[in-house]
Amino acid sequence: MELIYNILQATFFTMTPLLVVALGGLFSERSGVVNIALEGIMVMGAFIGIFVISMIEGGSIPGQLVLIIGVIVGGLVGLIFSVFHAFASINLKADQTISGTALNIFAPAVAIFVARSMLGGSKEIKFLTVFRIKRVPFLTDIPILGRIFFEDFYITFYVGLIILLISWFVLYKTRLGLRIRACGENPHAADSVGINIYKIRYIGVLTSGFLAGMGGVIFIISASQAFAASVSGYGFLAIAVLIFGNWQPKKILFASFFFGLMTTLAAMYTEIPLLKGLGLSEEFYNMIPYIATLVVLALLSKSSKAPKAVGVIYDKGAR
Amino acid sequence: MVEFAVEMLNITKTFGSLVANDDINLQVKKGEIHALLGENGAGKSTLMSILFGLYQPDKGVIKINGQEVKIRNPNDANDLGIGMVHQHFKLVEVFSITENIILGSETTKYGILDLETSKKKIEQMSKEYHLEVDPNAQVSDITVGMQQRVEILKMLYRKADILIFDEPTAVLTPQEIDELMKIIRSFADDGKTIIIITHKLNEIKQIADYCTVLRKGKKIATVDVKKTDISALANMMVGREVSFSVEKTPAKIEEPLLIVENLTFKEHKSNKEILSNVNFSVNKGEIVTIAGVDGNGQSELIKIITGLFTPTSGRVIFKDTDITNTSIIERIEKGMGHIPEDRQKMGLILDYTLAENMILNSYFKEEFSSKGILNKEAMIDYTNRLINRFDIRSSSGSLSIVRGMSGGNQQKAILAREVSRDPDLLIAVQPTRGLDIGAIEYIHKELIAHRDKGKAVLIVSFELDEVLSISDRILVMYNGEIVVSLDASKTNADELGLYMLGAKRGELNGE
Repeated sequence: MELIYNILQATFFTMTPLLVVALGGLFSERSGVVNIALEGIMVMGAFIGIFVISMIEGGSIPGQLVLIIGVIVGGLVGLIFSVFHAFASINLKADQTISGTALNIFAPAVAIFVARSMLGGSKEIKFLTVFRIKRVPFLTDIPILGRIFFEDFYITFYVGLIILLISWFVLYKTRLGLRIRACGENPHAADSVGINIYKIRYIGVLTSGFLAGMGGVIFIISASQAFAASVSGYGFLAIAVLIFGNWQPKKILFASFFFGLMTTLAAMYTEIPLLKGLGLSEEFYNMIPYIATLVVLALLSKSSKAPKAVGVIYDKGAR
Repeated sequence: MVEFAVEMLNITKTFGSLVANDDINLQVKKGEIHALLGENGAGKSTLMSILFGLYQPDKGVIKINGQEVKIRNPNDANDLGIGMVHQHFKLVEVFSITENIILGSETTKYGILDLETSKKKIEQMSKEYHLEVDPNAQVSDITVGMQQRVEILKMLYRKADILIFDEPTAVLTPQEIDELMKIIRSFADDGKTIIIITHKLNEIKQIADYCTVLRKGKKIATVDVKKTDISALANMMVGREVSFSVEKTPAKIEEPLLIVENLTFKEHKSNKEILSNVNFSVNKGEIVTIAGVDGNGQSELIKIITGLFTPTSGRVIFKDTDITNTSIIERIEKGMGHIPEDRQKMGLILDYTLAENMILNSYFKEEFSSKGILNKEAMIDYTNRLINRFDIRSSSGSLSIVRGMSGGNQQKAILAREVSRDPDLLIAVQPTRGLDIGAIEYIHKELIAHRDKGKAVLIVSFELDEVLSISDRILVMYNGEIVVSLDASKTNADELGLYMLGAKRGELNGE
């Protein structure tokens, strides 16, 4: 039982960045723009977000508020960084995959360069605060659920769930959501009823930048005590989550839970008798999440419901 | 002084060096049904796109109800009460009918989409105008006819009273066309102003009050439809005398060449049965046409016969040999020619030269290559011969890039490639789709000439006029089945329409 609690708690904090970043990808792709720059945007968001945290922590601001400020700063940086992708793929009509790849290559390079210049040789940005919340009065004492949801958790998990709710609401219940989805499915239809495709796609890409930037900070604070110009491929994993989640918020929640669980199992295999008993080498366990990604994507590729116009440059004249 | 609802004066629009509209004037009175007639590329769609705000004219003035206006985008058009049903529907397939209709003009309550109120309004409009739709249905699940009704409702929802229809009947069955004509007439009786873009002359005669004819970007005339006969309209449109009837002698039918036996095809993903137990044969010396509304299995059937798909069960027999599982190249070598439905996707490689396209299915022959190296001179020589024989026009002859050629000449090129190999069975899917009268005439003549050589011709067409004029025998497909086999000389459009809609089933003449 203790083991199950531990696994679930760990799963929640590995799935949170995946959930948030995949939801970001959702907004971009639903509006019709492929965003494989999520990884690079996460790196940029984490870079500045963690830097801000390292500057303001230990002062008069309470720890959890420091975290929230860091996450929001990461989001804003991600938003600004994603403007490049939006401009290249919407205004300049560049190939969206190439534009995204460019940002992915650019982000870690600039992060290392700037970090070294600022910090005199070290490319790592360390922070000291442990943001994990041990327990909450009353809530942690609820039988079973209290231990699963309110022991050893990060506040960002709940931020992620709130973002999920907001995303679902915006996409399916509001005028903006209807228009975003229309632009990703059939921009010509949207254009013919006077919807500004460029504007909607900018909203989609910038939202994805904001969420991916947040996701970068969320990932670093739960995965380590320093930022070293990498988010370990979580941006790409988030794209897999988006696809596994079939571009739907609810399914993305399950998909991120699944990948979070796989990653947790890989990390905790020594504590799980069943897995340890297999006696395989460590490298094999580390491969679990990535093999799971390949298998799941291969199985699901046929029933994929990707937005029809995703990745297609909008050309007014084409019919 | 007559009050015009729409006036477009001295409109000029160029795309690069192409003058799409050259000083065109169009005046339409309120409550009038005005047809805009012209061949492909005559500038009809460009003119209407300008009126709808999709393009800006280089020169000219637009007046709506006497007021000079600037229409910068569809929103401006919408505000002026102008609505348009595009030829290719602008619908989001995964949305419900309600969502499609309200898109861009949504009603919200506290920022939340108010679908219920919109739904009620749509239901009410649907009753009022006799445009039957189910507001909850998803667009991908409904018929083309209903999709068109959704497009019409979209205009009415925006309170449009100047309605533009771009080739509205191209995708409909005869019964649906009659229904549409009634609806359009009732709009005009309500005082709405209607502009119909078309190249179908009998429809103009049937419904329009006035007709403006465009040719090569210029306005030729505006005529009173009641005082003008069809051949005069045709002459104005094409600029020369046109013959309407396809001249052909009775077929001299010989033994069967292609036999399709119990063919069934299920889609892999959904396991949906696209073709159910299809049986028919095509004999030497006849033209057999498969008629039907698009999407009833014709495309899959042809793909199975030509080797692009493998059937779930059943056999295809060609020249007494079972070819169900043979490769495409073997089928070609055995004497099958294929003019595919989408000339740009399947028929040609658009960025190759004409010469390269002409040898796509014979490049490996000794005539054109040896030891893996192409013989350019032979290719060009061969292509030049085809260009002369089939009158294929392009900017730089055999070295023209195919993408830059007109649709009619692209189709002639495919026809030339296939017919010149003299196949025993020539399969042509929608051979005249989107072509103008002159090119249609030519292609029909070639297909009949091929039959007269004792070869078999199998055609798939959605155009009833074409089906009736060119066929010796007509097979009607509905819902994955051949529902009837008819002698082309003993049937008519109305009868075909009933079979095409599945309202009637008939004899298969022993097949």
